[in-house]
Amino acid sequence: MSEAILSTREAAPRPALSWRGPARAALPWLLPALLLLAWQAGSMAGWIAEEVLPAPSAVVAAGWTLAQSGALAENIRVSAWRALTGFAIGGGLGLALGFLTGLSRLGERLLDSSVQMLRNIPHLALIPLVILWFGIDEAAKLFLVALGSFFPVYVNTMHGVRSVDPQLMEMGRAYGMDGPTLFRRVVLPGALPSVFVGIRYALGIMWLTLIVAETIAANSGIGYMAMHAREFMLTDIVVFSILVYALLGKLADSVARLLERLCLSWNPAYRGA
Amino acid sequence: MDGMLAGARAGVAVRLRGVAKDFGGPAVLQGLDLDIPAGQFLAIVGRSGCGKSTLLRLVAGLEAPGGGTLTIGGPGEDAPPADAVRLMFQEPRLLPWASIQENVEVGLARGTPPALRQVRARATLAEVGLADRAAEWPSVLSGGQKQRVALARALVSRPRLLALDEPLGALDALTRIEMQALVEQVWRAEGFTAVLVTHDVAEAVALADRVVVLDRGRVALDLPIDVPRPRRHGDPALAATEARILDRLLADGR
Repeated sequence: MSEAILSTREAAPRPALSWRGPARAALPWLLPALLLLAWQAGSMAGWIAEEVLPAPSAVVAAGWTLAQSGALAENIRVSAWRALTGFAIGGGLGLALGFLTGLSRLGERLLDSSVQMLRNIPHLALIPLVILWFGIDEAAKLFLVALGSFFPVYVNTMHGVRSVDPQLMEMGRAYGMDGPTLFRRVVLPGALPSVFVGIRYALGIMWLTLIVAETIAANSGIGYMAMHAREFMLTDIVVFSILVYALLGKLADSVARLLERLCLSWNPAYRGA
Repeated sequence: MDGMLAGARAGVAVRLRGVAKDFGGPAVLQGLDLDIPAGQFLAIVGRSGCGKSTLLRLVAGLEAPGGGTLTIGGPGEDAPPADAVRLMFQEPRLLPWASIQENVEVGLARGTPPALRQVRARATLAEVGLADRAAEWPSVLSGGQKQRVALARALVSRPRLLALDEPLGALDALTRIEMQALVEQVWRAEGFTAVLVTHDVAEAVALADRVVVLDRGRVALDLPIDVPRPRRHGDPALAATEARILDRLLADGR
């Protein structure tokens, strides 16, 4: 604790130019680093019982052991496959139906009220039913992840299509664009910022759903690793699993943000952000 | 400018006979007769709601007349292709996700070979003075520059009829005068028929060969402007004509 405070005091009076760049980059990590230090110090001083929360060093050691045995890579692979496949199915359907209801009044009348009704059921409440249907197979997890990622993508895609500037649509028609061209040149790029909001939201739900599903019913994956360790009171592995989830979630969000920046570079709100 | 002159097609005539239009309520246009000779610069002025924008949208093909006939092209002439009639809107309406050059290319007919598309877009951008901005996004341009890009988009297919729906209304006074000069310059170079709808009587008088005042869907005044070009701002003959049109517009309101 005292170390960290000292170091920030030292940093402050230095000339601005030399440290501003790296310090800015490091700023978001300052709080996590302080917490980690406090946690380690607390464990070493014996204030935090090891069964409750093992020291960061113990968690790292547990992770290292898991990584060396190959169990970590295998479980990450299984979890990532479930997450991405489920997301691709649910998000893909959400995108397709979102465009359908956004573009066609008939599609909206036919589908939207049904979708909105289903949307209000917490999808995790379906777990007992899903276990009855699919057992604890892969299909159960994929179904839940797909269901969870469907709604945010659907709602935001539809909203994005609806909010495309009607003046641009009129311009496109006046300048001779046919349906497919109008979609490609005006509707799709116009809806994209909103679609990305849906995708980033869905990525969050994707991990959440997978964690719950793997924790309740699975025999592989990170969630299973955590539950399995709990049975043997291996708190360090439980904590390590949670950290892996956090890192994977952050990774997915970073990839989505990168894509967003690449696709939306025309928009001043995203440029160089 | 000379490059654009080569191969420029002449303007096209427009003929309206008994044209009517309503949008489910009272008639916006009724029994309107109007002949626009090929290559003429016609300005349409009138109070808000007089039907001038509707008339322009009919001429530009955005709406179909509810009655009467609207013919584009002289007698015995085939109807011109869709890209021979272009509309410039009140707002620039540029695609924010397309570069300035791509926005201009929107105006080209489908099936134009890619190499030609680039050459034509570049040449037209040069004509409106924005050749060096081709690769940038529209969001970095000022309002006047955006309207220049919109003008380039309307001109790139070398239209034979250009409909202008108050395209300069939102610009500041100086930019507006610059844009008026630019519009006049390209019109003289290309020889298309121009139909300008505007609130600004001074603008109408400065640019047009002929000013038509619309009132309640009918032609209330049809006035040739014979002042030779290039015209000077504040020319007494223009000022007198402007006063006459304004008198008429104000009298209509009473």
